[in-house]
Amino acid sequence: MTLIDLANPTRFLSLTAKILPWLAAATALLLAIGLYQSAMAPDDYQQGATVKIMFIHVPNAWLSMFVWGVMSLSALGTLVWRHPLADVSAKAAAPIGAAFTFLALVTGSLWGRPMWGTYWEWDARLTSVLILFLMYLGLIALWRAVEDPSRAARAAAVLTLVGAINIPIIKFSVDWWNTLHQPASVLRMGGSTLDKAFLIPLLVMAVAFSLLFITLHLAAMRNEILRRRVRALQMQQASQPRA
Amino acid sequence: MSLGPYASFIVSSYLLVALVVLILIGWIALDYRQQRARLRELEASGVTRRSGRGAADLS
Repeated sequence: MTLIDLANPTRFLSLTAKILPWLAAATALLLAIGLYQSAMAPDDYQQGATVKIMFIHVPNAWLSMFVWGVMSLSALGTLVWRHPLADVSAKAAAPIGAAFTFLALVTGSLWGRPMWGTYWEWDARLTSVLILFLMYLGLIALWRAVEDPSRAARAAAVLTLVGAINIPIIKFSVDWWNTLHQPASVLRMGGSTLDKAFLIPLLVMAVAFSLLFITLHLAAMRNEILRRRVRALQMQQASQPRA
Repeated sequence: MSLGPYASFIVSSYLLVALVVLILIGWIALDYRQQRARLRELEASGVTRRSGRGAADLS
């Protein structure tokens, strides 16, 4: 199966109907394993039990950037390759990305209060992630403001690609500026600095949340395709001569 | 398993994540049901796709 095969919405719907139950089951299983491992992980010598917040904060923070990456690829698909499902993918991903970003911000804040002594600090990492959250909300508002999906798609694609500049800024903000936020400890040159007791639950949770995103994204894309069918049929009905 | 003096922060974090994920799942599931119901209503009123296939048929 290639991307061209998936350009047919009916074929895409057929595929998602088959794989969504399996994806949902795999997500639930991996989340259960990850939560168990997170609960059983030892306390950190500095953070104590608050290290457990990291097992949900970090996957949400990674996904907040990853989802924008998916939307940027979809934006290229809309503007360059004109793939019929590209804007469906972008529109479906935005609310899910916004939710992950919101969770990254709030769980980070709940970790920061006991560890840093403050819920919020206007430093480079926190501020750039807040900007990412606001950009997600802006994109959702844009999709809702323009009634014609194809017109909204092009405007949203341009905004998404412009907003993609924020992703490397978030990633490298801890290296480029002095911030309260600690530097990368997992995805870094030279390997992870985390002990296996923390690294394994974190990676299991990261894979579980990634599967959760894929499942929700495919389901939301399916809904969007159906919504466009409703719109097309409603327009067809409105254009039919009345007896 | 003891969560120490900051248990409320840890429990709040996990509860919030669970709540938001459940809202996302519920919202997407509800949206799916609404779209299928609208498609069935339209088909029942005689509006059909040009291909002739059922719009709510996912196979």
